Amino acid sequence: MSNIVELEGVTRTFPGSPPVEAVKDAHMTVADGDHVTIVGPSGSGKSTLLHILGCLDTPTSGTYRLRGLDVGDLNDGQRTSLRGSEIGFVFQSFYLLPYRTVLENVMTGLVYNRNPRRERKQRAIAALERVGLGHRLDFTPRQLSGGERQRVAIARAIAPEPGLLLCDEPTGNLDSKTTGSILDLFDALRTDGLTLIVITHEERVSERGKRRIEIIDGILAEATA
Amino acid sequence: MTGAVPGHRIVKSRLSFRDLVAESVAGMLARPGRTVLTILGTVLGVAALVATLGLAKTAGNQIVTRFDALSATTVSVSNRSDSLFRSPGPEDVSAIPWDAEDRLTRLNGVVAAGTLTLVDTGGQLVSSVPINDPLGQSQFAMDVLAVSPGLFETVGAELRTGRFFDEGHDARHEPVAVLGPGAATRLNINRVDQQPAIFIGDTTLAVIGIIDDVVQEPSLLEAIIIPNGTARELFGTGAPAEVHIRTEVGAAYLIGDQAPVALNPGDPSQLRVQVPPEPRAVRSGVESDVNTLFLVLGGVSLLVGAIGIANVTLVSVLERVGEIGLRRAVGAARRHIAAQFLVESAAMGFIGGIIGASTGVLVIVAVSANKQWTPVLDVQVPLLAPLAGALVGLIAGLYPSWRASTLEPVEALRGGT
Repeated sequence: MSNIVELEGVTRTFPGSPPVEAVKDAHMTVADGDHVTIVGPSGSGKSTLLHILGCLDTPTSGTYRLRGLDVGDLNDGQRTSLRGSEIGFVFQSFYLLPYRTVLENVMTGLVYNRNPRRERKQRAIAALERVGLGHRLDFTPRQLSGGERQRVAIARAIAPEPGLLLCDEPTGNLDSKTTGSILDLFDALRTDGLTLIVITHEERVSERGKRRIEIIDGILAEATA
Repeated sequence: MTGAVPGHRIVKSRLSFRDLVAESVAGMLARPGRTVLTILGTVLGVAALVATLGLAKTAGNQIVTRFDALSATTVSVSNRSDSLFRSPGPEDVSAIPWDAEDRLTRLNGVVAAGTLTLVDTGGQLVSSVPINDPLGQSQFAMDVLAVSPGLFETVGAELRTGRFFDEGHDARHEPVAVLGPGAATRLNINRVDQQPAIFIGDTTLAVIGIIDDVVQEPSLLEAIIIPNGTARELFGTGAPAEVHIRTEVGAAYLIGDQAPVALNPGDPSQLRVQVPPEPRAVRSGVESDVNTLFLVLGGVSLLVGAIGIANVTLVSVLERVGEIGLRRAVGAARRHIAAQFLVESAAMGFIGGIIGASTGVLVIVAVSANKQWTPVLDVQVPLLAPLAGALVGLIAGLYPSWRASTLEPVEALRGGT
C-alpha cells in the first residue's frame, strides 16, 4: 500500500516577535485507506498542520509530498488544482452557501474540476445519497439540522472523489448523538477506500481512528493504539 | 502542467464561462433585495442619460419640424445694402428686374414668387372718403407697398373679403389697392363690394380686397398694397427692392443658388440671398445646449451608481469570506474568484442599464405625449445603455474582486459561517 501523505521535517513558522513555530519538525506518513486522528489542545498547531496537509499553506521548511508530489515545488495555481482534485475538506463550521439548495451546495465542489455538467448533478446526488440525504436535495441549509448540514458538507467533499478527506473538528458544532452518526459515516467512507485525517480535541472522535497522533506545542507524537 | 514526479499530472482547475455566469447570477439572486437597491444607482444614471439624449433629440426635432413648416421653404433676395446702385428715386438702378416673378417661377422647385417694394410716396398721407367726424382722424401716414401678384401666394396671404389684383391690373397700371387688415380698420373700410376709394395725397385708388392674415411678411398687415405697374405709373418707383420666393420642400438651397443668376445674370453678386438656416445646424445647436447640462447630471448619477456597486460588492466580498475560502479549498483559482465577483458586479450594472434604458425611454415617451411631440431616439442609445451599465459595473467591481482574489484561503477559512 502506497503512502498518500509524507511529511519530512516539516516546520511552519509565523513571523512576529518572537516568531511562532506552530509546527516543529513534523514527520508523518499516511497510507492509502488510513484513518488518522490528530488530537491536541487548542493552540497546539492542529489547524496549521491541517492547512499544510490541505495545501492551503506551505511549510517554512521540510518536505511535504502528496501522492509523491512535492507540494513545495508547486505554485499557488498548481496547489489550488491539486486541492480540487485530491483533497476533500470538512470544516467545523460547514461553509455551506446559505441561499443555495443542498444539491447546488454539493455541486459547487464539482464546478472547478472539469466535470462535465451533466455528470455533476449525478455525482452530487450520488454523494448526497451516500451520506443519507438523498431526500433533501432541494432544501436550503437553513432548513437542515446541524448534523444534516455537516452531512451536506461531507457530501460536497467526497463528490469529486478525492483520495484524502481532511476534517477539521467535524463534530465541534454537533451534539453527541449526531456526532455518533457522523463518525459512523466516516467509518463507512473509509471502507469505501477513502483516506481520512481528522483533527479533533474530542476523545470520542479520536478513539474511532485507526491511528492517533497527538500534537502538543507543534510537536507530533504518534500514540500506538 | 506536469508535477515534480513524472507521470503524475495535476488536473488544472477550470471554470467554464457558463458556470461562471451561473455562479455569479446565483450569488446575485441570493440577496435579491440588496441587489435591487444596488442596481438602483445605475438605473437612475442610465435612465437620466437615455432620457437626456432622447429628449434633446426629440426637442431638437420638434423645433426643426416647426421651422420646416414655416420657413424652410422660404428664400428671399434683396439688393446688397452696401450696393452703389441702391439709391431711391426714379433713377434707382436695382439688380432686381420688374419681371422677377416671371423669371423665378420658371425655375424648377419654385412654388410662388413675388416682388415687394416700399413705395416712396413723398410723405403723402392716406385717407378714405371723408366722414364728417370732428374727433376722428381721417388722414394717416401708411406704408404703401408695391408687389407683384405672386407675392400674395408667396407670403401665404388670406383674403377677408374681395380679391387680390392680378397680372392684368399690373399690366394695365390700374389704380387698385388691397388693404392689410390694420390699414383697413384705420381707414374704416370693411366692405369692398362697392370698391371704396382711398386717396394717397391726390391719387385715387379703388380698394378691391382686404387681407385677413399672412403667414409671413407682417409688414403687409398695416400697409396699402398696390400693383407694381401702378406704383411705377403713379409714384415712379424705380425697381423692386426684394423678391420673396416659396420653394418646394428641400429646394430652398438650390433656389438660393439659382435665383441671383436668374434675376441678374450679368452680376449675380449684386444680390443678397437669404435661405433658411441649415436644419441640421439648428438641431445640433439645440441638442448641445440641452445635452451638456443633463449629460453631466446623468454622468454624475452613473458615477454614484458605480460607487454604489463598488461599495456593495466590497461589503459582499467581506461578508462572503467563508464562501471564498471554501471555493478556494475546493479548487477555485484566484482568477475564478475574481471573475465571479467581477461578473456579478458587471451583471448588476448590465441589468441596471436595461432597466435604466427602459425607464429613460418611458420618460421620453411620457414627456413627448405630454407636449404632443414626436418622440425621437437614436436606436443605438437604448442598445448601448445596458453595455454602458455593464461597463460601469465592471469597473466598479475591479477593486472588490481584486480584494476577493487576494484573500488567502487560510485567512478566509478562519472567519466562519
